Amino acid sequence: MTERVWHILLESFPKILLPGLRMTLPLTAVAFALAMVIAVAVALIQFARVKALVPLCRFYIWVIRGTPLLVQLFVVFYGFKAGMYMSPFWAAVLVFAVNEGAYCAETMRGALESVPAGQIEAGYCVGMRYTQIMRRIVLPQALRTAFPSLSNGLISMVKDTSLTANITVAEMFMATQRINARYYEPLALYLEVAVIYLLFSTLLTWLQRWGEKRLNALGGKEARHA
Amino acid sequence: MLEVRDLRKRFGHLTVLDGVSLRVEKGDVTAVIGPSGGGKTTLLRCVNFLEKADGGTLIFDGNSYDLRTVSKRDMAAVRMKTGFVFQNFNLFSNKTAIQNVTEGLIIARRMPKDQANAVAMRALDRVGLRDRADHYPSQLSGGQQQRVAIARAVATNPEIIYFDEPTSALDPELIGEVLAVMRDLAASGMTMLVVTHEMRFAREVSSRVIFMENGGIVEQGESRAFFAAPKEARTQAFLRTISAEN
Ligand SMILES: Nc1ncnc2c1ncn2[C@@H]1O[C@H](COP(=O)(O)OP(=O)(O)O)[C@@H](O)[C@H]1O
Ligand SMILES: [Mg+2]
Repeated sequence: MTERVWHILLESFPKILLPGLRMTLPLTAVAFALAMVIAVAVALIQFARVKALVPLCRFYIWVIRGTPLLVQLFVVFYGFKAGMYMSPFWAAVLVFAVNEGAYCAETMRGALESVPAGQIEAGYCVGMRYTQIMRRIVLPQALRTAFPSLSNGLISMVKDTSLTANITVAEMFMATQRINARYYEPLALYLEVAVIYLLFSTLLTWLQRWGEKRLNALGGKEARHA
Repeated sequence: MLEVRDLRKRFGHLTVLDGVSLRVEKGDVTAVIGPSGGGKTTLLRCVNFLEKADGGTLIFDGNSYDLRTVSKRDMAAVRMKTGFVFQNFNLFSNKTAIQNVTEGLIIARRMPKDQANAVAMRALDRVGLRDRADHYPSQLSGGQQQRVAIARAVATNPEIIYFDEPTSALDPELIGEVLAVMRDLAASGMTMLVVTHEMRFAREVSSRVIFMENGGIVEQGESRAFFAAPKEARTQAFLRTISAEN
């Protein structure tokens, strides 16, 4: 590589990383947290068979999982002109939360159903109420079961935030495109941003491993593998 | 103390309980025996509302409940005074042994934490598992898990404990430790309704025996007389096959 390319890479690195720290990571964190709230609520409604709301939940999951994320971003931002009411950042948070919420709701539902029904009955037999049993027995176990899948969703989301460049969110990928427009070094620059995404994903993977270890210690699971 | 009148239960077209009536007095240890599929598990589950009966009355602690229409509130009130030990333990897998015991005390009965821990420790001591208090169910043998489950039922100081084949899921060498704990309980005066295939337990520990088959009670009576001279031909036949097995 020529000296010019090295120079461009060095100079652009903070200009790409900074939007990563200011946009990509906060967008992911906020959207994922909201997605979790949606997912747990939608999964619990189905698990508890709240008759009036179950069809609504199924419809939501059907529509969101059946349409591309990019199209959802366009519908909200350009179709409904979300930009008139909120910044592109918050429009992106909205779409990502609703999108990820649908996938995670299915993961959570499966995890809830994997908790042996006998433990719910045992809860009743020691005098607990349904909500107490859910909160203290079923949900903690379901979260542990769902944790690896949910972590996958989080890691995918970090990378998918690059799509928000299309709705004018000034995140890492848009920053890279802008720099490339000036210097025209697509291979070097797009590889550079790829490496930064890889860095973020790797950090999250470590976080996932650490989280799983903690959860195992809490649930006494290590003994099973010992 | 506990009375069931004309309990009926169907699963689809299959009649599983066809008008079962029984009485348990305070301090009784009643063994329920009979061939598999006879409705013994369903009987216990209906009496503790885990299964909704199609008809019948439960008289418990002086109150009468229609088993078909009993309210959530009444279910909760009765369950606060009963314990249930399942065939496959059903311990909370995300809780340690002691937490399994304190859960019903702290959460359901609002007992202060310190007091609940002390009560739970005593209950675990009683089943010989004081030193396993901080183990998770996955770290315990089947026999130990069932003993924790018994401690969980005992700790709430219930008026009666239902046992559904508490040793059937255990390896043979672990059955003894669970039966020993149940003997102690019986000796301490606990009222127990025990579905079991352990004829020695029924013979030596129980004060009364109920023989169930095809959703009905064929014969019941005081334990010694029951085993010494069973009246019904079907009871005699059942006891013969059981003793041939052992
Ligand atoms: N949830 C259920 N759905 C349908 N049939 C059931 C259910 N539970 C039990 N049964 C049937 O009811 C009958 C009695 O079962 P059970 O009470 O478990 O007998 P036991 O405990 O004496 O072996 C059996 O024929 C069994 O197959
Ligand atoms: Mg049974």
